Amino acid sequence: MAFLLAQLDTPEANAANAVLFYLFALMAGGSAIAVVISRNIVRTAIALLFTLMGVAGLYFLLSAEFLAAVQLVVYAGGTLILIIFGVMLTSKSPYSRFEPKLGEVMLAISIAVVLMFALTLGVTKTIFKDEPIKTDVYPVDKLGQVLLGDYLVPFEVVSVLLLAVMIGAAYLAKARRREGEDPRLTEMSKRAREWS
Amino acid sequence: MHLAMPILAQRSPPLVQSLIFDELGIPRNTLTTAAYSAVLVAGPFLILISLVAMFCIWWERKVAGHMQSRIGPNRVGPIGLLQSLADGVKLLTKEDLVPPFGDGLLFRLAPYLAFAPAFAAFLALPFAPDMTFEPNLNVGLFWILAILSVEVMGVILAGWASNNKWSLYGAMREACQIVSYEIPLGISIIVGLMCVGTLNMIELGHYQGGGIHTWLIYRNPFAFAAFFVYFIASLASNKRAPFDLPESESELVAGFHTEYSGLRWSFFFFAEYGAMFVVGGIQAALFLGGWHDPFGILGYFYNHFRTPGSESTAGLLAVNVIGVAIFISKALGIIFVQMWIRWTLPRPRIDQVLYACIKVLLPLACLLLLGCALWHWLILERPGIPWRDYNPWDFAGWFHAGFGATLVTQVILALIGLAGFAAIIGWVGYAAMTGRNIKQRLTDPAPIDEAPESLVTTATTATTAAT
Repeated sequence: MAFLLAQLDTPEANAANAVLFYLFALMAGGSAIAVVISRNIVRTAIALLFTLMGVAGLYFLLSAEFLAAVQLVVYAGGTLILIIFGVMLTSKSPYSRFEPKLGEVMLAISIAVVLMFALTLGVTKTIFKDEPIKTDVYPVDKLGQVLLGDYLVPFEVVSVLLLAVMIGAAYLAKARRREGEDPRLTEMSKRAREWS
Repeated sequence: MHLAMPILAQRSPPLVQSLIFDELGIPRNTLTTAAYSAVLVAGPFLILISLVAMFCIWWERKVAGHMQSRIGPNRVGPIGLLQSLADGVKLLTKEDLVPPFGDGLLFRLAPYLAFAPAFAAFLALPFAPDMTFEPNLNVGLFWILAILSVEVMGVILAGWASNNKWSLYGAMREACQIVSYEIPLGISIIVGLMCVGTLNMIELGHYQGGGIHTWLIYRNPFAFAAFFVYFIASLASNKRAPFDLPESESELVAGFHTEYSGLRWSFFFFAEYGAMFVVGGIQAALFLGGWHDPFGILGYFYNHFRTPGSESTAGLLAVNVIGVAIFISKALGIIFVQMWIRWTLPRPRIDQVLYACIKVLLPLACLLLLGCALWHWLILERPGIPWRDYNPWDFAGWFHAGFGATLVTQVILALIGLAGFAAIIGWVGYAAMTGRNIKQRLTDPAPIDEAPESLVTTATTATTAAT
């Protein structure tokens, strides 16, 4: 529907687009607040999922489909699974709750106030150009060619960073297994190795 | 270089939209556009998805029944076709339980989070050249993958919020299975995409319109292998057997949906069967020529009816309707293979599942990607859309244009594929012809116990000799 409306460019169509924009913005903003105020760590993660999906919806409204899909894959799909993995593997009780200390709360609030002030200042001072949405500004094939052509070196450097992270994670996982001296566990893993 | 190939497919103006707005003379304004969208969503979209899911559920039970010498659902409606509807009504009236010590909010949210993405993925499926719910989606294939990766969250959430060990085990298995199988799935899709260089699923279809040898699966040996890698990975990412560890009933009661009842439980099934169709649809659209028939007839007529001088809206509509039927039957064929595998293979352990992914499928997929890239570097594929830019059945012309090696590969691979298909059909047909009818087997079991004549006589002589 958004695509159909984007073709029209009448005042009513723009109003309908604005309604969609506010819907997605409400979804992103409202669940962002839920991320902050929720004490349950899994609920926080789910609220973050809705924030990210709302932002992806905004990208779709701006005809940046590739960016929206990347947002869904990288953030909504990938990171959240990792968050939940982290939560489930690290916390002792399944319903772990955040209990921030007063000092932490004060620090967070002061940082948030400063950031809010800076952002408001930035948004109000900037003069935005009033242009219609261009469709197909970022063709995916061009993006790929640029990424693996002109910007090949930064791209590869980033991938080396990811490789370092992966090696570190594997090392940590292995170190934990070496420490764990549950004889039953090693017996079970030995048996599993024999079976497979 | 091949990679710099221009995008030759031109965007087709949406046929149905232009029919409604231009030919019927309805003005294009916000109200009519909104009404059109609403009708599209409420009509074809929801009806199609519900029908597909309900039909697949009925079909799965029917296939399972036949494979286990049962009849399967056969009471409600003709050959049990309305069974899913009856089950839906039954589930509506069931008590809706929420486990008291779980997280009630997330428990209620989870089915929707599993169900909505599976349906949103239908937006980009190319049923026919002008029959796609969102034709302007340039990143169609990527969009489907992205939205299906959100679906996992529903399952994980369901397992977590149930406050049940079995559910949590199921959810964790689902999480690690999806995270690992997403990689070979994505890479095998890239291998297919490299042959044409577009993510728009309609353009993908147009590139394969010249008959069976232009289908992407037969473009080069690596795409041929990637087809099977994709199929295995899609089974796992859809938690279909033999990778149905998240809900393995022999160990985990029912896995992540142990605590669910009534309509919420059925939402998970709608999501699963919807996702099965989406995954099969991607496979049909990417590798098996989308809505095209094996002879390129639809592709020929589609271009014929769009060239100036021989334009015909009725002809285009006919091509579209036939295309929808072909696309759906291809996707259902793949779903049938998924069901066949489900009722044939036993379930591996979780470590074996992960072994198969990380040590077998992932290196294989990377190898295929490398091989496909080298193939494109060394052997030029014929660029352009069949029938519009070249004649796919003019074999002499292929050699003349310098694409002889490509043509020979494509034809050989197509023949291998056809031979495999014929073998499967022959196998199933042979079993159907020689095997005894199920009803006969159930009502008259005597011949099963009947041993061959020679065996019986030797046995009786042996017993008489012994006595």
